[in-house]
Amino acid sequence: MRLLRIVPDDTKFDFMRFRRISFPLSAILSICAIVFYFTHGLNLSIDFVGGTLIEVQSKAGPVDLGATRTKLNGLELGDVQLQQFGSPTDILIRVAQQPGGEAAQQQAVAKIRDALGGNYDYRRVEVVGPRVSSELLAMSTLGLVMAIIGILIYLWFRFEWQFALGAMIANVHDLVLTVGFLSVMQIDFDLSSIAALLTILGYSLNDTVVIYDRIREMLRRYKKMPMDELLNHSINSTLSRSVITHVTVTLALLSLLLFGGPAIHTFTAAMTFGAVLVGAYTSIFIAAPMLIYLGVHTSGMAGSGRSFGDESETERATVTADSPIAAEIEAKPKTAPKAKPKSRSR
Amino acid sequence: MYFSPWKAVAILLTAFLVCGFAIPNFFPDSVVESWPKWAQRHIVLGLDLQGGSHILLEVDSNAVRKEKVEALRDDVRRVLRDARIGYTGLVARGDTVEVRLREGSDTTQALAKLRELSQPLGGILGGSGQRSIDIVDSGNGLYRLTVTQAAMTERIRQSVEQSIQIIERRVNELGTVEPSIQRQGIDRVLVQVPGLQDPQRLKELLGKTAKMTFRLVDVTNSIPDALQGRVPPDDELLYEGKGERRSPILVEKRVMVSGEDLTDAQPSFDQRTSEPVVTFRFNTSGARKFAQVTQENVNRPFAIVLDNEVISAPVIREPIIGGSGQISGNFTVESANDLAILLRAGALPAPLTVVEERTVGPGLGQDSIAKGKTASYVGAALVIGFMLATYGLFGIFANVAVAINVAMIFGILSLLNATLTLPGIAGIVLTVGMAVDSNVLIYERLREEVRAGRSPISALDAGFTRALATIIDSNITTFIAAAVLFFVGTGPVRGFALTLGIGIITTVFTAFTLTRLMAAVWYRTMRPKTIPI
Repeated sequence: MRLLRIVPDDTKFDFMRFRRISFPLSAILSICAIVFYFTHGLNLSIDFVGGTLIEVQSKAGPVDLGATRTKLNGLELGDVQLQQFGSPTDILIRVAQQPGGEAAQQQAVAKIRDALGGNYDYRRVEVVGPRVSSELLAMSTLGLVMAIIGILIYLWFRFEWQFALGAMIANVHDLVLTVGFLSVMQIDFDLSSIAALLTILGYSLNDTVVIYDRIREMLRRYKKMPMDELLNHSINSTLSRSVITHVTVTLALLSLLLFGGPAIHTFTAAMTFGAVLVGAYTSIFIAAPMLIYLGVHTSGMAGSGRSFGDESETERATVTADSPIAAEIEAKPKTAPKAKPKSRSR
Repeated sequence: MYFSPWKAVAILLTAFLVCGFAIPNFFPDSVVESWPKWAQRHIVLGLDLQGGSHILLEVDSNAVRKEKVEALRDDVRRVLRDARIGYTGLVARGDTVEVRLREGSDTTQALAKLRELSQPLGGILGGSGQRSIDIVDSGNGLYRLTVTQAAMTERIRQSVEQSIQIIERRVNELGTVEPSIQRQGIDRVLVQVPGLQDPQRLKELLGKTAKMTFRLVDVTNSIPDALQGRVPPDDELLYEGKGERRSPILVEKRVMVSGEDLTDAQPSFDQRTSEPVVTFRFNTSGARKFAQVTQENVNRPFAIVLDNEVISAPVIREPIIGGSGQISGNFTVESANDLAILLRAGALPAPLTVVEERTVGPGLGQDSIAKGKTASYVGAALVIGFMLATYGLFGIFANVAVAINVAMIFGILSLLNATLTLPGIAGIVLTVGMAVDSNVLIYERLREEVRAGRSPISALDAGFTRALATIIDSNITTFIAAAVLFFVGTGPVRGFALTLGIGIITTVFTAFTLTRLMAAVWYRTMRPKTIPI
């Protein structure tokens, strides 16, 4: 059977040349995202601003949105938003936080129940009071920051600081763009969006780490290769993996997006944008070339154009992996030959 | 690529044992019940999947503080009165009670008496050296007694504990299946009731403090005077009834008998009028007190007060010596039943407020399960097909490894009695993506090594060794994100973080063991000249 090869063997794309386009592009997009965030903000859900969310299903066929809206707006509950949710019989009602503390929120629900009458099934009622919502917002922000710091520390231990910083810049860039996307699309930003952001962070880093791992390996082996050549080679040799992984993740996400129902829609939408579109771009066009600017270089940086596989070189690269873990990886293949004769003897 | 037989057996045993823990999920509860305890652990469906109510309550800690300080003020009054020490002022302000002794009082004796009120905290054993009250002598006979922060915290903790017990009793009366009541943070209680569709009644039951008192009605002073603000010092102005029939009533502050003396309360019907009523019975001391008061006050009205609201104010026709009676007050069958529940469960030490509520109807839960299933099946089918097309034989290995991986996730979730939520399902679907990635990393490396001209065995060796280092690195970063989500997140987000975190662990395990084992066994049995990848 002929196997599918999305990416041909031994590609030799010059990714580094694109950094003159990708860096300004990313800078512009990030600035746009930040500007949009500050001018339009996020469509924060009741999780973070408090209020009430009610999902009802009409027992008597499609709902007349206009009439229901007029009816509910007559209750003097401030901002009441209605929206169709999934099918014409389902509507989502959002009520802004009521002044007057925790008990006032509960009274708002009771009023809406009275106004709608008995012709509806209450599929979901969520009431978040002012205290809980402000705590959730604080905790979520804290969580994001903690995750970023935790990952930064791990990468710093595992690689050199330039790699940690490069990965962080790349991934904060991912988060900024995703938040910008959520702001432009005015997608509900709720607790699961925080989960999405953290997963995007993890996924995107995962991708970056795979390429960095290869760069580190190459740095150890080809100490005289020009840096941009080395980066190109690293990206090209992991390109097939990047593409295949992104295809599988996309397949999983698409099925969630199409069949998972409206309840996890915000989550999957954010994931699809952040992890699949932006994440893939970032690892290749931002995270890897970033290393050049962060001062990772080989002694062949001057562009002497030495050939690949020149393993006899003895000069050390500026960034070497002296950590015990790296030594262990190097040591592993040595143990393998011991095993070989045994397996042959059977 | 060599596995000793023992190692191979150990790997397989671990994998199948972990998968085995998922078995109880496939049988109905009635079957699983007869199994030994350790085998009964299973995944619990989250409220978003099975429907139900999630209600987060907050104990009013300000009320607890106020009560604590007022109790201290009463203690100070009692101690000084018992010791016959005169004072001119006694007020509670914030966390502090201020008392000013009459000039010429014996300050040494007074201070000694007041010191007796301050107790060491933490009992005999946990002697932290802290005391419950700080006493400051401000000179001129003015003393400030402040309840220490530690004592306040301890009191709030106790109140929450008591509240949990009472909430448990009240919720259990609703007859729902497996309600869960947990403490959250310092002063919050999370009540989760699966299958509850309308939490209105639950909230009403939990929203009442249910402090019941029996007190005499003051008939000598006039109500119009009281309404204008001239309430006699020993009385309180309360109200009875609802809506238009709401009327003021002057009630003595002194409590004849309180709800703590009740041993039982039941809903029932009045024998003459057939109206719903609540019958109650006092314990011995309550019955004695009640008998005495009713004997002394025949033909006077007394008020039954619940949470500062007069339920009814009947006239005492004859002494009630049996220690039991009935309350009538325009009840419906349900409200009589609820009052009986509240009286049986006892009073809350402080009022509770609902600070968060999330209710999911059973219809939405079922829809979510159905959609989650469809999405998982479609996602899995797509990924399996793609892996087969890309890697052929090794794609089969990958698919087997991923399938075992998912089974292991369910096994571990069952072992932890974890809750599966809709975001949790999303976490599993994403794990499938991650697990596939670890295989992709291995096989791509394999392809490279084969291209570099290595022999099959050396390509397998090098491919696995190098890819596994990358797999560890890339998975740990995601694991950190999942761990943070788990500890910081709440509710649904936690469910997602849990499945994602477990998924990463099983992914690394299968990549290091099963995927390699399969390739090794294949190599040893087939002795291939080339690797078909």
